[in-house]
Amino acid sequence: MENSFIIQIDHLTKRFPVGKGYFTALKDISLSFGRGEFAGLVGPSGSGKTTMLNIMGSLDSPSQGTARVMGQSVSELSHKDSARLRNRHIGFIFQTFNLLPVYTVFDNVEFALLLQKIPSARRKKMVMDALEWVGLTDKAHSRPNMLSGGESQRVAIARAIVKKPEILLADEPTANLDAENSHHILRTMQKLNEQLKTTFLFATHDEKVMQYLKRKISLRDGRVEKDEVAETINL
Amino acid sequence: MIRFLLKGILRDKSRSVLPVLVVSLGVMLTVFLSGWVTGVFGDVIDMNARFNTGHVKVMTRAYAHERDQKPNDLALLGTTELIRQLEKDYPDMQWVERIYFGGLLDVPDEKGETRAQGPASGQAVDLLSPGSREAERMNITHSVVSGKMPQRQGQALISHEFAERFDVKPGDPVTVFASTMYGSMAFKNFTVSGTLRFGNAMLDRGAVIVDIRDARQALNMEDAAGEVLGFFEQGKYLPGKALEVKNSFNRKYSRQEDEFSPMMLTLGDQEGLDEMLAYSESVVGIVIFVFVLAMSLVLWNTGLLGGLRRYGEFGVRLALGEEKPHIYKTLIYEAFIIGLIGSVLGSAIGVGLSFYLQEHAVDFGSMTENMGMMMPSEFRAVVTPQLFYIGFIPGLFAMVLGNALSGIGIYRRQTARLFKELEV
Ligand SMILES: Nc1ncnc2c1ncn2[C@@H]1O[C@H](COP(=O)(O)OP(=O)(O)O)[C@@H](O)[C@H]1O
Ligand SMILES: [Mg+2]
Repeated sequence: MENSFIIQIDHLTKRFPVGKGYFTALKDISLSFGRGEFAGLVGPSGSGKTTMLNIMGSLDSPSQGTARVMGQSVSELSHKDSARLRNRHIGFIFQTFNLLPVYTVFDNVEFALLLQKIPSARRKKMVMDALEWVGLTDKAHSRPNMLSGGESQRVAIARAIVKKPEILLADEPTANLDAENSHHILRTMQKLNEQLKTTFLFATHDEKVMQYLKRKISLRDGRVEKDEVAETINL
Repeated sequence: MIRFLLKGILRDKSRSVLPVLVVSLGVMLTVFLSGWVTGVFGDVIDMNARFNTGHVKVMTRAYAHERDQKPNDLALLGTTELIRQLEKDYPDMQWVERIYFGGLLDVPDEKGETRAQGPASGQAVDLLSPGSREAERMNITHSVVSGKMPQRQGQALISHEFAERFDVKPGDPVTVFASTMYGSMAFKNFTVSGTLRFGNAMLDRGAVIVDIRDARQALNMEDAAGEVLGFFEQGKYLPGKALEVKNSFNRKYSRQEDEFSPMMLTLGDQEGLDEMLAYSESVVGIVIFVFVLAMSLVLWNTGLLGGLRRYGEFGVRLALGEEKPHIYKTLIYEAFIIGLIGSVLGSAIGVGLSFYLQEHAVDFGSMTENMGMMMPSEFRAVVTPQLFYIGFIPGLFAMVLGNALSGIGIYRRQTARLFKELEV
């Protein structure tokens, strides 16, 4: 049943040029993720989590092996197709939120829809729906610098989900948040996962995040050390 | 998308303020310098036209060959009939006769003995006919320092400098010695009606200005003139029109084999003024080129700095599924919008400044005084229609070029590296 996997990694190796030689960040990794998973790459800093996420997000490509995302091999995608894949099917959430500071919350969330050339009335509805999901409809016209860290990350989540992507990649989403806000956004994501069947893949070394993961893949020095179904807490 | 970009430009001051300043400054200087150069060159041309070359000039072929010497023995004869013809053939132009003569200006004492003597360069123009515009054309009326304009024949204006040196006052008698058209010696007594200063070394050096009828009598030049000058009604030199007039006149009247047949030259044919006109245009071109270059360099660098600052933004936009070429394109659009704003601002200020200096001339009298060339003592800018759009060339071009160059960095960086900037 190969086709039921939304992401399939096969003997993937990633090397970065360093000086005259290479640094191997990921070594012969094979992994697959089904639709609707709520999984995380865990491991110490430098273990290769971000690199892995970038490849799955088609921002980077494997040196060897293949990474298939929604049936498409990342290394074979043209620039155009990989942009399209990101635009339509993948949402990103970053540690540092990365909202565009000069734009309002609304504008930030709307941006991906602008790229898709969705008509303005529908865009507006979709943006407000996404903001409602994260409980920020009243902040639609605020600027990012007026928001708290928790609110900023919720805007980032709204921005990632507004286009209803199949996959959501979250790189250390709680690293800049306190415990209360961390739990808040994790519960939001859990809810999204359950209700919209969005596949969530985390990169994290935060214990709080791990409590929520249904599957934990431990990376160490670019290798998969453990791949286990985890005990999770429920709402 | 354009609205999205506009918001970005308007809200992100660091993205727009410096480039807008640079562009407006460059555009302003371009516009202003164009206005200034056009004005100054225009004034120089105009002054030459009024005092020397006319918009077109008729001489005998022989006189034309040696026109630097103003050889009156080669003067045009039958000018009354010639002017009648010219007025008939070219009714929308004004035709005037001028006679130049060299000689001595002699200042007698009470007993009629020579008290002082100096070289005189004489100009005879029509000062006294009712309706003559020569005094106004040569700015004589306004150049009178003491005394007044000649009111009747037998009166002369002399250079103020000469008058001071030899202590001549309005009302004093002077004698002009010169040679007639036929080469014999001539002299004529004048009463000094006034002294004048043009503010131009060449014109002021020993200038004597008399009415053309006096010169005709003294120099035996009845119905003759060294030169007949033609002026366009609007007072502005029109190269194309002048050439047309010249060609049609020469075809009709000028005969190669007869060196005393009349021949017409345009202003451009004389004193290297064609080169001057071409030069004034190329100066404007050079100014634009220099500003495009300088501004592009500055804007390239501000673009680079701004771009570095925005790598984070580009990374996010890439992650959200924007394509690199699209990001690059939006950068160019932004540059275009900023260039447009800067160009509008700069043009407005530049035109304003030019307008001010059109109305308030700058006096360079002390600088031009010792120049051999015929230069006006005051320079002014001129507001031409060109000024309203010329600044947009460097403004838009430099801004777009600068950003096109700095934006290349987006391509150079690997997506994942651009993206890495997000992690800091
Ligand atoms: N572009 C790159 N060039 C060179 N080395 C890199 C690059 N990106 C990541 N690395 C290296 O690869 C290793 C894994 O990095 P990363 O995936 O960011 O780890 P993690 O996210 O688990 O902290 C690190 O040692 C890092 O220094
Ligand atoms: Mg990382």
